[in-house]
Amino acid sequence: MSLATSSPPSAAPGRPIVRLEHISKTFSNGTIALKDMSLTIRAGEFISLLGPSGCGKSTALRMLAGLGEPSSGSIVWPDDKAASKGSEGEIGFVFQEPTLMPWATVFKNVWLPLRLKGISKEAARPRVMEALEMVGLDKFVDSYPRELSGGMKMRVSIARALVTRPRILLMDEPFAALDEITRQKLNDDLLRLWEQFGWTIVFVTHSVFESVYLSSRIVVMAARPGRVIDEIDVDAPHPRGIGFRTSQAYGEYCRRTSESLLSAIGAADHL
Amino acid sequence: MTSIDQGPAAAETSPAAAHEDTPAAPIPTMPVSERILRILIPLVMLAMLIGLWAWYVAAYNIPKYILPGPDLVAQSLVKDWPILGMALLVTLKITFAALAIALVGGVALAILLTSSKWIELALSPYMVILQVTPVVAIAPLILIYAPSTQSALLICAWIVAFFPVLSNTTQGLKSTDHNLLNLFELYGASRWQTMIHLKLPAALPYFLAGLRIAGGLALIAAVVAEFAAGSAGAGSGLAFRLLESQYRLNIPRLFAALILLCATGVVIYGATSLISHLLLRRWHESAIRREN
Repeated sequence: MSLATSSPPSAAPGRPIVRLEHISKTFSNGTIALKDMSLTIRAGEFISLLGPSGCGKSTALRMLAGLGEPSSGSIVWPDDKAASKGSEGEIGFVFQEPTLMPWATVFKNVWLPLRLKGISKEAARPRVMEALEMVGLDKFVDSYPRELSGGMKMRVSIARALVTRPRILLMDEPFAALDEITRQKLNDDLLRLWEQFGWTIVFVTHSVFESVYLSSRIVVMAARPGRVIDEIDVDAPHPRGIGFRTSQAYGEYCRRTSESLLSAIGAADHL
Repeated sequence: MTSIDQGPAAAETSPAAAHEDTPAAPIPTMPVSERILRILIPLVMLAMLIGLWAWYVAAYNIPKYILPGPDLVAQSLVKDWPILGMALLVTLKITFAALAIALVGGVALAILLTSSKWIELALSPYMVILQVTPVVAIAPLILIYAPSTQSALLICAWIVAFFPVLSNTTQGLKSTDHNLLNLFELYGASRWQTMIHLKLPAALPYFLAGLRIAGGLALIAAVVAEFAAGSAGAGSGLAFRLLESQYRLNIPRLFAALILLCATGVVIYGATSLISHLLLRRWHESAIRREN
């Protein structure tokens, strides 16, 4: 089985994939969702955007995906001269909800991004099956979403994001609606896949513990107006597992991240 | 929706596959005893009602020109079948032709209305006017303008049947999940692809609810329009035969015609419900048995 690597072979590790340059976003009602955010995302990084609600972390992610333009500033994809924003196939996006089509089987849901590009069912089958195998759902191709548990729906959603072999995987609080046990299991699985395939992931979360466990870098954000207040590199070695989660270093990273987040909440008047 | 033929992969598909999150229970099937009861209870009820009717007519010596017994009505149904059958055929033709045009027109117009808010602003008041004006009131005008009585009846039935399809489908097309719309935009779907793969399937349950209403209304409108048109003669539908039986005090035949109309309505409702169930049973909440 060929491995679905996201980063093109030419891209050396650490090479910038996308740069946010002083982007701001003001909504039509006057809310400043994001103010002057700059961030360089490098190949193979696992970046968490961490912050309270209203800090613009989801807004930033959506603009990265090309859903909505920044009010000012620019998003630069250095490898991609033609398209200024992430064009099709470059990006995989996982929403907070599984966002599956209830009338379509698991197979058809995962096939969708390829189908929209005109790839036939037979031509897409190997890639769809590969993506489903990665998330451990290859035995459920003919099931309908309602027949699956919450965790399994989320896995289908992840498989759909991976099927285009995206250069960058954007995840918007993907596990927030799941129970703690399922969430931990999916975190472990995501981390294992990331360690194996070396994708670039931007992961939005409001959980300190999740962000420290998963990330190579945490971008701490504050609300009103949404902005970046801190960046924390998590240098703990991989593979990470239960050992890391119970280590002193993990506790230390969590303490440091929580303090940073608290200073952000202190800076805003109320929650 | 066609189900996917998974080929060799299907052989491995097993609901019992070992996995840490267990799938939700498979679609529950009804126990056999309940299935039998579901058929038996309505039949027993029907038999009881007919029995009560027969008993009442016999016990109180009701004259047959006021209320004929079920036996007389059944006789009339058989004896007058050549006349009533022809009339039924005419009514059915109008009903189904009107329903077919209403479905195509309703869906097409719903797509047009949701494609642009300007078109919606311009057209929707007239849709409402068409809906709220009683069809009996415009039937005389339509009779004047239409080239033949049959086409006038068709237009009347169509006006009545088309609105539920239009309004339900429009509602369905507008109710598409925003996250899914975002997803389609993200993957660069064209308007056409978004319509075919997302909006139309999402609107299907709404459309089917409209279809069930429209099916019944098409029949009602076909009859009402024929009353209003006052058409007569060999090419007439059941409505004319009803009136004719009334004038001639042929009450058994009137009842027979009425029973045919009722049966037709029930069959149309049953057929549209069955279509709806078959299309939605795998995925939509309305077609799934709740089990707690």
